[in-house]
This record gives sequence, C-alpha cells and structure tokens, in this order.
Amino acid sequence: MSSERPIQSPGNQFTPNNPLPQEAKLPNEIATFSPEVIAEMDAHIAKYPVRRSAILPLMFIVQRERGGYLDPPGVAFLADKLGVRITDIWEVATFYSMINTEPVGKYHLQVCRTLSCKILGADKITEHCTQKLGIKPGETTEDGMFSLSEVECLGSCGTAPMMQIGFDYYENLTTEKVDGLLERCRGGGMSNGVR
Amino acid sequence: MFIGALGCEPLQLARVNLENSTSLDVYRRNGGYEALRKALGMSPDDVIAEVKKSALRGRGGAGFPTGMKWGFVPKDSQKPKYVVCNADESEPGSFKDRYLMERDPHMLIEGMLIAAHALGSKTCYIYTRGEYRYLIEIMDRALVEARNANLVGEKILGTDFACEVHTHTGAGAYICGEETALLNSLEGLRGHPRMKPPFPAVAGLYSCPTVVNNVETLTAVPDIIKMGGEAYQKLGTEKSGGTKLWSVSGHVNRPGVYELPMGYDDMEKFIMEDCQGITKNRKLKAVIPGGSSVYIMPASDILGKDVKMDYEGLVAAGSMVGSGGFIVMDETVDIFESTKNLTEFYKHESCGWCTPCREGTDWLVKVFKRIAKGEGQPEDAQLLLDLCDNIEGKSFCPLGDAAAWPIQSAIKKFPEDFKRHLAPLVEAREAIAAD
Repeated sequence: MSSERPIQSPGNQFTPNNPLPQEAKLPNEIATFSPEVIAEMDAHIAKYPVRRSAILPLMFIVQRERGGYLDPPGVAFLADKLGVRITDIWEVATFYSMINTEPVGKYHLQVCRTLSCKILGADKITEHCTQKLGIKPGETTEDGMFSLSEVECLGSCGTAPMMQIGFDYYENLTTEKVDGLLERCRGGGMSNGVR
Repeated sequence: MFIGALGCEPLQLARVNLENSTSLDVYRRNGGYEALRKALGMSPDDVIAEVKKSALRGRGGAGFPTGMKWGFVPKDSQKPKYVVCNADESEPGSFKDRYLMERDPHMLIEGMLIAAHALGSKTCYIYTRGEYRYLIEIMDRALVEARNANLVGEKILGTDFACEVHTHTGAGAYICGEETALLNSLEGLRGHPRMKPPFPAVAGLYSCPTVVNNVETLTAVPDIIKMGGEAYQKLGTEKSGGTKLWSVSGHVNRPGVYELPMGYDDMEKFIMEDCQGITKNRKLKAVIPGGSSVYIMPASDILGKDVKMDYEGLVAAGSMVGSGGFIVMDETVDIFESTKNLTEFYKHESCGWCTPCREGTDWLVKVFKRIAKGEGQPEDAQLLLDLCDNIEGKSFCPLGDAAAWPIQSAIKKFPEDFKRHLAPLVEAREAIAAD
C-alpha cells in the first residue's frame, strides 16, 4: 500500500526500494512494553492502510506508559514500530500540544483560558491554583505531583470556567470546587485522568 | 446547561435528553438506522440528490453546500474512497459536536454510513480532537454495539453494503479542523494544510477521493433521508435548509446548545427570551455569533434590528454563522481585552507553515501586549489594522483570515475600547511636558 502513497507526502520517502537507513533506527536504548500494550498498539495500527497514521494514538500510549511524556527510548520504539525515522517522530511530537516532550506532574491541571472561560473567571481559577500550589502556569511542583497549564478552548464554553485534569473535564468551576479537587488529588482519591 | 430545540421539532437533538440515549436500543426504538435502511434501497445518486435538495450547508464553519461537495467525488475512480468526520471541534465558543457525540453517537454512525453508501466508500474515520478522549470512548462503545448488530462491517442490514468506521484521535491542534490539515494529521504528519487544488474530493486521504464533513453535517443526513430533502429544506430557508445548532456561552442566564430552524426570527428575542437574558440584569454589549473567527456584533446591530439567524441574515447584519459558537458579552467586557484574548489564541494555534500567519499573529500579540502594558501609541490601532491587512487573504489557509477578522471588526465597532488603552502614554507625555 505504501508504494501508492502520494508524492507530496513527506511520510513517503521510504519505500521497499528505498528502505530506512539502518543507522537512523539504532538509538542507545529502545523502550519495551508488555504484550497487552503491544496488542493495544497493534489494534490502532490495524485501522489504517498506512502504519504511520497510528502515530498519534501510539504516542498517547507511550506517553501513558513512560511516566507521562515521550522520552527518547519511547521515541526510538515508535520509530521502529511505525517504520519511520526518529526525526519523523520528533517532528510530529513537537507539533501537537497534548504530546509532552518533557516530564509533567502526576496531575496535569489544564485551565482553559479562551474567551468564554476568560469572561467567566478563568483568570481567577488559574490564580487560585498558582496560589494553592505555588507554581505558575508552565511549572511543576517540586514533588512532581502537579503541573499547571493554561490551554486554549476545550469546547466547554457553556459550562465555563473549566479545567481538564488528564483527559477528565471539570466544569462550572469555582475556587471552592478547585480546593475540593486539589484535596482529592492530594489524598490520592482521584484519578489523574490519564488513560 | 440547556440542550434542546426552539421554534421547531428537535431533529438532531431529538434523543439527547432521553435516558440511556447513547445505547443502540434506545436509538433504534426512536427510529434509528431506519434512514440507513431506506438509503440502502436507494441508488447512491438518489441519496446525493436528496442531500442537494435539502440545501444542507456544511456546519463546520464554511457553510459549503454538502450535496455539492459529495457530487465532486469522481465516480469512475478505481481508488478507495474515504468518508472522514471532522470532530476536531476547537473553534472558541463552539461545543455542539461534543454533545451530539456524547448523547447520540449512533446518529453520527448512521450519517457516516449513509454518506459512505452515497460515495461508494468502504472506510470511514472519525477524527476527534485529542481533548475529547471521553467522546472517543463513547464512539468506540457505540461502534462495538453497531458491529455486533450487523450495522457496521460486512453485509450491513443484510445487503451487499460493507463499511468500516474507525475512531481517530488528534492531539491538540486547532489547525487540524481545517480539512486538509486534518488529512495530513490523519496520515501521521504535522497538521499543516495542503495546497488546494487538488481538493480532497479528488485527492484527499492517502491521495484517494475523500469527503470531510463536520459532525453536525453528518448527523443531519439521517433526517434528510427519512423526511426527504425537500421537507428538510422547508424547515429552514431557501438557501439554508433545515435546522442549526447554536452553542451559547458567556453572559446569558441560560447557556446551552439550541437547535433553531434556519432563519430563526430574531437574534434579540433569542438572547433576551430564549437564553433568558443577560446575567445580573446587565446590558448587552456585544455578541460573537459564529465562533471566535467571525466579525463581532455590537448590541446596537442586534437590538431592534430584527436579525434573522441564518447564513444570509447574519451576513446582512455584518457577521457570519460560522460554526454557531454564540458568545454573549455584557457591558463589563473590555473589547480590547477580549480581542487580545482571541489574538493570543490564534497566535498559539497558527501552525507555522506560512509566513503571513506565523509572523503576523506573533506581531499582533506583541502589539496587543505592549498596549496592555500601558505603552500604547495613538497610531497602534492603525498598526494593528495594517498587520491584519498583511495577513488577511495572504495566508495559506483561512486561519490567517480568522485571526484578522475579529481585530478588524472590533476596532471598527468598538473604537472607544481601543482608544482608552491608546491614550495613557500620550497623557503621561503631555503631563511631563507640562511639568
């Protein structure tokens, strides 16, 4: 199938006649995963006629399994798994805001900052988090428990202000609600929304 | 939050408030998959003809006639054809697709299957923004149900029609809502838009004929087939058929997703009565009616102006339907601040592919930030407009236009809000000079 790929697509440089250079495939360390996780990845790859299409779903899995971010061994694994160069993985990883290329805290608080949330008090929510956690947006607490980010519109404008922790939505926020959430995070009684 | 229809029988929101609305059982008991059965008894050309008659226009923002888009797919092509659902809903102010998928996933599957039958496609992808992971999980569960009930896969409903539907995740990039950027992303590349032509209908996903439609567009299709294109069109106006979902947010007492017939009369009644007016009894200042990219409307263009809510009506009133992300702002909002907020959004989301948009949005934010620091110069309003002029119509894809329009309209409609920020430095200088 890959030989029928479009000419304009940069993902199409390596065909059976023009294979991937070996040195591009050999990093110092390649991440390994359990058979269950590999099966999960293969189920994604099976959806597409071209393996590379599974790059984003697989990045999320690697990120989940490698402590919340895409580390070099994880990237090396993906390049090998998808039959592309390591630079192809980095190229894609650095484009998408949900793919972390640096470690993040266990609970990643992502406060929506765009207009509807903004006019209904998003700044207050962010400031409250900053005050309670002692970190500014873009930072992680020293114990690695919390990261705080300001993110763009999450499609929750009718229930503003809101934040996402991992993949989970918390809407119609007040500072009291945020206190409750932080308490539950600290008590370990709350999912970090990563899956 | 309110979710429901006003001024018409609910079509796309018919089942959203039912108990267990995501289940196949509830969907089928309420007429689900009957449209697919009917469509499979029709020729693909007849299905496309009905969609053309319906005057359905793409609900993602551009408003392109759906039937015409489907008609562009070459029938004689030997390549596989793809139907891709654009569920990358990221336009600030828009959240309708989210609730359609959250509450009625089978309606989307049925719409995609009918589109696949009409276009001769055997594979469909639902490209959902990465943040909407829980919706992908809902869609995956619905797809398992549909597969087990012989509605997806081989020999669908006992016919020769075979079609697979897969979910796909984005990973946080507004630009992937642009259809060619979405296709690049789906191919595992950075979400940069592609040169058009060729249009996706001719060379889209994997260079094969592809139709990309918004969630709201595809979920309108089952009702069009059920009631016939003409009946659907008559629910709306001549050029904008059917009903439209409006995501209402901001300073209204009852935000929500409202299904209104196209041509709903009028916007003032909608805000003041249907959405129960402005919070805290404040005055209406402005509305962004179609998602952040469209022209901002001051209250004076709405109140007493009988603005009809459809494509033509909003253009006549100086704005656009866009994606229907209806953001209401009261008198406390500083339009300079709100425009700065949106400009920062576009700067963050500019994909970096073309210079006017990448550099232009960056410069816009720099100027906005300088003004916000109290260092605005009187000529900065013109500087912003000049920057917009160097982006609008000169960027590779419409993201550049979308960044320019809110600023152009805000300066035009709310000059006072800008002047207030541009004066302090001059006043300070004058004070020093007088000293």
